[in-house]
Amino acid sequence: MTPMPVDVSNYVGLSAVIFFIGVAGVLARRNPLIVLMSIELMFNAANLALVAFARLWQNNAGHIFAFLVITVAAAEAAIGLAIVVAVFRRSKNVDVDEVAGLRG
Amino acid sequence: MILFWILAIALILSAVFTVTQKSPVYSVVGLLANFVALAIMYLTLNAEFVFVMQIVVYSGAVLVLFLFVIAMLSSGVGPFAEGPNRLPRALGPALGIVAVGCALLVYTLARSPLQAPQVPAAATQLGQAGEAGVFGSVADFGAALFSAHLLPFEVTALILMVAVVGVVLLAGDAVPMRTRGRHAKHPAARESIVKVRR
Repeated sequence: MTPMPVDVSNYVGLSAVIFFIGVAGVLARRNPLIVLMSIELMFNAANLALVAFARLWQNNAGHIFAFLVITVAAAEAAIGLAIVVAVFRRSKNVDVDEVAGLRG
Repeated sequence: MILFWILAIALILSAVFTVTQKSPVYSVVGLLANFVALAIMYLTLNAEFVFVMQIVVYSGAVLVLFLFVIAMLSSGVGPFAEGPNRLPRALGPALGIVAVGCALLVYTLARSPLQAPQVPAAATQLGQAGEAGVFGSVADFGAALFSAHLLPFEVTALILMVAVVGVVLLAGDAVPMRTRGRHAKHPAARESIVKVRR
């Protein structure tokens, strides 16, 4: 594979754009599944930045950390979906605004 | 170079599609396109193992999990998410945060241009895929994972363990195994178990 002539700042900028799309999704959507998907988008953006910097420094540690982030994202998705299922069983409601039982 | 821009446009469009769709099933499709495009981008960045992980874990496991939950929750309960659309009301804060974030990013990039460091010539050589000792190859990744970065690998195992236990506690039966065995013959107890399950 030939080295890419693309500058790393392009990758970092793209990563930031995807991250903020994810932030907007978390803020604006009320379906918990789409909120979780937006969180996945943010994880992916962070991963892209990590891998791009690993390419810049020719260092494996970025890949290792991306691997760790993928694991954390998978665990987060599993637990988040389990919480959604548990909340749905209890209240038949899947709106993040309506689930306010812990509000003080 | 052209591949980067094609993938970048695909990534942004699929991310916007994911966030703006009304039905979560369409969002999952958008997310799938996003993950695949990102995986190809990892390949262009010489991250072979991360590419494989992206395809297997995200496109394989996480999206199937999402689809299962969507299928489970929306079967027989009517439209999935009804109610007023919050998008117009939240658009202002969201755009504000995006603007602040982009301003910070531009500021940071202007302050510290990303210079490629001086690396030895042998390290920058990119060879055949899968070759040992080449940056980003699977062999290189594995050697680093099991020697220098063994602790993150074991932390990964711990995270997955915690996730499994947590999911079983959250989404499993509400009645512990022991009491269920003891009172299974009792009709009232069985009734309550059925009720809890529902």
